[in-house]
Amino acid sequence: MFSKRPPENPLCRHASERGPILKRIYTIQDHCIGCRLCEVHCITQNSTTKDIVKAHRKEVPSSRVRVQEQGPVSFAVQCRHCNEPMCVYSCLSGAMSRDPVSGIVTHDKERCIGCWTCVMVCPFGAITPDLVQRKVVSKCDLCNGLETPACVQNCPNRALVFQEVCP
Amino acid sequence: MNFKYVIIGGSAGGIGAVEAIRGIDKTGSIAVISEESAPQYSKPMISKYVSDGAKFEEIIDRPFKFWEENSVSLLSGKRVIRVDIPTKEVILEDNTKISFEKLLITTGGRPIIPKIEGADKREVHTFTSLIDAKRLLEKLPEVAHVVVVGGGLIGVSLAEALVKLRKNVTIVELKDRVLSLILDAEGSSLVAQAVEQAGIKIITGHSMAKILGRKDSEATVGGITLDDGTELRCDLVVLAIGVTPRIEMVNPSQIKINRGVVVDRFMATSAPDVYACGDAAEAFDFTWEDFRLLPLWPLAYIGGRIAGSNMAGVKTEYPGGTQMSALNYFDLPVISVGVVSPAENGTYEILLTLDQEKRTYRKIVLRDNLIKGMILIGKIDNAGVIFDLLKNKINVAEFKDKILSDDFGLVHLTDPLRQEMLRRN
Repeated sequence: MFSKRPPENPLCRHASERGPILKRIYTIQDHCIGCRLCEVHCITQNSTTKDIVKAHRKEVPSSRVRVQEQGPVSFAVQCRHCNEPMCVYSCLSGAMSRDPVSGIVTHDKERCIGCWTCVMVCPFGAITPDLVQRKVVSKCDLCNGLETPACVQNCPNRALVFQEVCP
Repeated sequence: MNFKYVIIGGSAGGIGAVEAIRGIDKTGSIAVISEESAPQYSKPMISKYVSDGAKFEEIIDRPFKFWEENSVSLLSGKRVIRVDIPTKEVILEDNTKISFEKLLITTGGRPIIPKIEGADKREVHTFTSLIDAKRLLEKLPEVAHVVVVGGGLIGVSLAEALVKLRKNVTIVELKDRVLSLILDAEGSSLVAQAVEQAGIKIITGHSMAKILGRKDSEATVGGITLDDGTELRCDLVVLAIGVTPRIEMVNPSQIKINRGVVVDRFMATSAPDVYACGDAAEAFDFTWEDFRLLPLWPLAYIGGRIAGSNMAGVKTEYPGGTQMSALNYFDLPVISVGVVSPAENGTYEILLTLDQEKRTYRKIVLRDNLIKGMILIGKIDNAGVIFDLLKNKINVAEFKDKILSDDFGLVHLTDPLRQEMLRRN
């Protein structure tokens, strides 16, 4: 279903810069039942205790995946780690960067100045502004270190899949 | 000296070009000629530099050794006085000649200084570079009242920095409202409220006629006179009325110039092997569908990437930019894109919701069901979804009534469109 090569983006980096085969999270709308377990497990994974109860009772880090729902339609959205990341290209402070090897787009909270330029340009609305802290809310890093991201692992109906993209 | 790639300007455009070139050509020699002697830094962050204790390490947007890591010969503190196309050479102030195979002109903009009496006084500043920021900081301890001339992006952001340092600040704006180039009347008024609440005085509809000296020392700034004769006392004046392309090193008989350097969709100028981007160039605007000056940091960077790819031999088209500003002055989030106050001639449709009390405002400008512009104030989540619809010229007829809701997002798009988005990388 997703094996088709995405269309060449005019801003595309040259193949030699893209590195090895990469994996990305895809969401299959028809399979999503809107249970929000992805959010629960994202919060747990990104807590310090990694304990589902403590994470939700005490820490409550914000979820980096968000379920959107309207009528019968639901699906989860998280950072797509775009090949041509507009958030990285537009970042005024260098807080957003893209790892040239893994292609993972990360956000450095220390460097973030809350100018909201990335919020303005993210096509997926996957970057959330924290207006109180004046920083972008931590974003998905594909659970750096885990073989399969927590949201994918815990999706009961396989509405989230971790799949290779053509380099 | 001889380089494969020569880049004039070490700011956003130069960084973008180097990153793109090195993605393709790891070894071709690159020289970056920069007038500034500091390592690269983020120009939009100089206000932060002023207000947050002059920490240079906080305003760099790439690693300290960025140029070294990319094997770039940095010629810093050097000024280019001429670009010669027939000989493919760049001539520096000290007469050094540097020949290039491919050249990028990303020289940026120069602050506009009005020709008025007193503009040559020491305490008259501009604010577009780190040098300006340092000069300003040196003066500030002896300054109580500052007049910022110009209520645009630079003027308001500087005013915010100065008021944080407990200076008495007055903004003088020629138009009838602040940020008039990027906001409509309602939007400007919400920002003006936030600015005034912070203690900044705004004078609109007036220009500065004259900069006055002090009674005891004529050479020192003591105040200004407005066009109606009103006098304002101040110890320092900052001119923030705009920037103009820095292209005096370009010979118009060799490279086509309009207001800025004329470029095509590949950021190529009329001269072979010469490219331009950033504030110095007139690049493509996808809302106006025309080429024009757009002095914005992200567009300079993206233009630099496009130029760099083309210079290194990978033909790449610039998707275009547009007026796009995200602001957070005094914790009021503001996003403005494209056409925000169109002529009322019936060709545009406006969707709008305003809550004065909550200070939230959403305005979407449509033409033939295509989004041509937006203003979001107060609540800005998912702004990028609207931006993407505008950029890709998507017909929004089917979900037009949802765009004004705070939580408008991918879920409101048509099913085929959303499915396509969810597969996109």
